Amino acid sequence: MIAFVIYKAIMCAAVFLICLGAAAYATLWERKFAAFLQDRKGPSRAGWGGLLQPLADGVKMFMKEEIIPNVSNRALFILGPSLFMITAVVTSAVVPWAKPVNIGGHIYDMQITDINIGVIYLLGVASIGVYGIMIGGWASNNKFALLGAVRASSQMISYEIPMGIALIALIISSGGSLSLKEIVEEQDLHYANIVCQPLGFLIFFICALAETNRAPFDLPECETELVGGYHTEYSSMKLGLFLFAEYINMFISSAVIATLYFGGYNFPFAHELYAKLGLADGSVWISLIGFGALMTKIFGFICLFMWIRWTLPRFRYDQLMNLGWKTLLPLSLFNLLLTVAIEYFRGNIHF
Amino acid sequence: MLGFTITQWLFGTLSLMAIMFALMMVFTRSPVNSALYLIMTFFCIAGHYLLLNAQFLAVVQIVVYAGAIMVLFLYIIMLMNLNADEEPRKHVLTRAIAAIIGGMLLFVMIGALRGAEQLQMVQGGASQIGLVKNLGKVLFTEFLFPFEIASVLLLAALVGAIMIGKRDTNINSKETTN
Repeated sequence: MIAFVIYKAIMCAAVFLICLGAAAYATLWERKFAAFLQDRKGPSRAGWGGLLQPLADGVKMFMKEEIIPNVSNRALFILGPSLFMITAVVTSAVVPWAKPVNIGGHIYDMQITDINIGVIYLLGVASIGVYGIMIGGWASNNKFALLGAVRASSQMISYEIPMGIALIALIISSGGSLSLKEIVEEQDLHYANIVCQPLGFLIFFICALAETNRAPFDLPECETELVGGYHTEYSSMKLGLFLFAEYINMFISSAVIATLYFGGYNFPFAHELYAKLGLADGSVWISLIGFGALMTKIFGFICLFMWIRWTLPRFRYDQLMNLGWKTLLPLSLFNLLLTVAIEYFRGNIHF
Repeated sequence: MLGFTITQWLFGTLSLMAIMFALMMVFTRSPVNSALYLIMTFFCIAGHYLLLNAQFLAVVQIVVYAGAIMVLFLYIIMLMNLNADEEPRKHVLTRAIAAIIGGMLLFVMIGALRGAEQLQMVQGGASQIGLVKNLGKVLFTEFLFPFEIASVLLLAALVGAIMIGKRDTNINSKETTN
C-alpha cells in the first residue's frame, strides 16, 4: 500500500515537473522559432544562447506589482487563473508516457492513472477548461474582458463537438477501447492510427488548435479589437498563469495527439531495435527510448503549432464560427460515417 | 476511522458538500455565484457516481451539465449583467404561494422516499453495470426504442430552438418589405 502511494506520488511529481519544465522552455522555443521565421535572433542575453530566459521571465512576473481592480469580484478574480492552470495540468493524468517498467518483479505503469474512460476524461477536462477564462473575464468587470470571455466560451463549445465526433471515429477504428493505454498498445500491435484516420486527425488537430486558443484561433485575446481580451485587467503572476497555462495546454494537447494518432511511445521497427539491443520486456531502457520517441513527437507537434501561429493571420469571428459549424462538423460526421462503413465491410462491426 | 470505511467517509463528505452547495445556490443573492455553486453541486453528484463505479455517467455528468449547459447559463447571466441589487422584490402573496408550492413538492418527495426501503439494494462499488461497455450494450439492445425516442425528442427541441431564434429576423424582414 505504502509502496503504491509512493510510486503514485513520484509519478504525479514527475509528470507535473515535466509539464512545467516543457512549458517553460516552450515559451523560449516559441520566441526563438518566431525569430527564426522572421530572420531575427530572438532572446540571446540571459544565459548561454538565451537558455535562462524562462527563469528571467518567471522572476519578472513574480516581482511585478499586483493589481486587483476595486470594482472586480475579488474571489472570482483570483479563482479564474487558478482554475485555468489546474485544468491545464490535470489532463496529463491519463497520458501514458512510456512502456511499463518491471522493477524487482513489480510492473509499474508510466502513467498516473489508467481509467477506462480516458478519452471522455480528456473531453471533460477540456470542457471545464473554459471556466477559468469565463470566470476571470467576467470578474474583471471590464467590457473587453467580458467580450473575450464570451468569445472563448463560444469558441470552445463549438470546437468540442467536431473534436468529440473525430474521437468517436478514432475509437471505432482502433478497437473500441476508451483507455489511452489500450489505444497505444493497439497501435504497437498494428500501425499508428493516423494511417486509417487521416481526416479524423486533421479535424482533431484543428480543434486542438482552437481549444488551446492558439493563433489563428486566438480571438479571445485578440489585441487589435479587445486590448488584451479576457486577461486585460490581469497583472503580475495571475497574467503569468494565464499565459503559462496556454503553453502547458499546448504541450499536453501535443502529447494527446501523439498518443492518439501517432502511436505514443511506439515507433516503427521498435521491436527489431529492442531485439538487436538485447533488451527484455519491462526493461528501463525500453521505457526511456519510448519516452524519448514520445517527446520527439511532442516536440514536432509543438513546432507545428508555432509554425502555424507565425504563418497564418487571425481569423475573423464569423469565419471562425463558419469553419467550426459549417465545415468541421459535417466533415467529422462524414468521417464517422466513412469509418463505420469501412469497419463494417472489414467485418469488425456486427449489427 | 470511527467505524466507517473509506467509502462511507467519502459518501458522507460528498453528500454534505452536495447539500451545502445546493443550499448556497438557492440562498446566494448573486446569479453568477448561484450558477457556480450549482456547478459545484454537479461535481459532488459526479463523485457519487464514481463511488457507484459508474465512471461513464460521472464524466458525462461533468461534460454535459457542468461543461456545456452551465457554460451557457453563465454565458447568459454574464451577458444580461444581472446584479443582486437589481433583482426585483417579489410581492408577499407571490412569495407565500411559492413557499406553499415548494413545501408541497417536498411533501411529495418525502412521501416517495418512504417506500425506498422496500426497493432491492443494488450492489455498489463492485458492480460492473455502469461501465461504458455494459451501458452501451444495454442502451442499444434492451432500451433501444426509448433511447431513439429520446434522441428524436432532443432533435425536435434543437429544431424548435432554431425556429424561435430565427423568427425575429423573419418578422423584421416582413416589416421592412411591407
